[in-house]
Amino acid sequence: MAMPQLSHSRRRFMTDTARMACGCAVAGLGLGYVASDARALPADALRPPGALPETDFLSACIRCGLCARDCPFDTLKLADLGEEGPATGTPYFTARKVPCEMCDDIPCVAACPTGALDPALEDIDDARMGTAVLVDQENCLNFHGLRCDVCYRVCPSIDEAISLKASHDERSGHHAIFAPTVHADHCTGCGLCEKSCVLPEAAIKVLPVRLARGEAADHYRRGWEEKEANGAPLVEGLIDLPDRLPGPGTDNLAAPGGFEPTFKLPGGGQ
Amino acid sequence: MSVETHRPVGFEALEEKGWIGSRRFLLLRRASQLLFLALFLTGPLFGLWITKGTLAGSMTFDILPLTDPFVATQSFVAGHWPSATALLGALIVVVAYVLLGGRSYCSWVCPVNPVTDAAHWVHRRLDLPKGWQPKRSTRLWLVGIVLAVSLLTGTIAWEAINPVTIIHRGLVFGLASAWIVAAGVFLFDLFVARRGWCGHICPVGAFYGLIGKVALVRVSAANRDACDNCMDCYAVCPEKQVISPALKGAPGSSPIILAGDCTNCGGFIDVCAQHVFSFTHRFDERIVEPSPQSAPEQSAASKIHKECSQ
Repeated sequence: MAMPQLSHSRRRFMTDTARMACGCAVAGLGLGYVASDARALPADALRPPGALPETDFLSACIRCGLCARDCPFDTLKLADLGEEGPATGTPYFTARKVPCEMCDDIPCVAACPTGALDPALEDIDDARMGTAVLVDQENCLNFHGLRCDVCYRVCPSIDEAISLKASHDERSGHHAIFAPTVHADHCTGCGLCEKSCVLPEAAIKVLPVRLARGEAADHYRRGWEEKEANGAPLVEGLIDLPDRLPGPGTDNLAAPGGFEPTFKLPGGGQ
Repeated sequence: MSVETHRPVGFEALEEKGWIGSRRFLLLRRASQLLFLALFLTGPLFGLWITKGTLAGSMTFDILPLTDPFVATQSFVAGHWPSATALLGALIVVVAYVLLGGRSYCSWVCPVNPVTDAAHWVHRRLDLPKGWQPKRSTRLWLVGIVLAVSLLTGTIAWEAINPVTIIHRGLVFGLASAWIVAAGVFLFDLFVARRGWCGHICPVGAFYGLIGKVALVRVSAANRDACDNCMDCYAVCPEKQVISPALKGAPGSSPIILAGDCTNCGGFIDVCAQHVFSFTHRFDERIVEPSPQSAPEQSAASKIHKECSQ
């Protein structure tokens, strides 16, 4: 049986529609690829203070550049097209180049017309642009027993966001190591530490929070904290057995005054 | 092909109105485009801050917020409710273009317009083929695609590649990509599709065109009875399809160009030696009655023109 002849106009309508649908699909896929590719924020690109989480930020930031204009330190840059960086036109800064000086009046947030930089951020100390991480202990001068301390000294939240944690320096045998230690609860991610690190490549870097931080499982409880909060052991009737510790005063009969290693290295080390 | 089609476009207008008179709106448009760029540039160049930001969003004298309504719409579709400043800015822009004509943005403000106009000028000088001419509705489909992609990816999708804001941002903030993107648009219009970007593709213009459907300021072919069919208006108009309904409409039909596609560039007001067109508002449906003297009053140039064409 012969196919019924389609009228010319009907055939044309159908080919036009098919062409338009395919064109739309191709254009949409292409644009979708480009738009979602832009969601990958490189690790050294930090968003301004108060920036919404990245996925929300990309729906909110209209790339007007008003935050960058009102930044008194020219910290904020707008991403250029084709740059291996944040989505085209969005504001970011690179801590090692120009860190955030943490203005009290937060002019970038005040300038943002859309709320992409959250106006709820009123105290710059509450900003979380990233978290500093001492990424390279092997090159950090303080870990060599030197008193560089620069990252600690420049930190706007000195002794809160970065403190120096003293420990015995086993290399020299009679000095201390003052390890710069970041406390993420207080670190705004301004990047002054990274900027100021005296090494050719900074040993302390500000990373996006998603890269910098782990997360404890919800069900995890630290026994000693629970015990302290409770004022007593959580389970009644536990027997507190003596701890086997090195040193005198333990119940180790085989090696009074200390414990005997379970094995000895060949050659009599230790 | 008659002689008149080989006569340079605008020849009669030049004879009739002089060099300036036949380029009045073109010069005004270039001045306007420069002015809008200058508002953004006096700050970074001379420290005199008038308007901060870009065409996507700006703040003038710390008091007047403006937001591109297409960007705001994408942001909304992507899942963010813009805060009051941005919404107010978008509202002001929409109201302004409802009054001034939606796509007035394209021909009086947008920095891409000089680029595509230059491409068209070279295109005409080199007499190149018109190339790919997708349907005029393509850009409206693209508006739909952009909104759909914004919805699905949760980003302001078009801003990833929008030449309008990339070029403007590049000029204002000193980013190199402005020149590369401008060159890309220029070459596209020159070799791939005549009047391609602004006339067929750009969804930003299409969005302003939607506003333009109800806009107040309009071009009217009020004196259409004086038309001598020189076709110069069709030659200069970037959106030719808007002319005929007004110019060649049946007697009694509206002489107003009501199509949203019209960019209110004034190009064919300039080029028309017969003073057919004029700016007016959309409710001004007056038609100049042909006076008995009007026919012999044709300019010398157009008389030659007529003789040549016979």
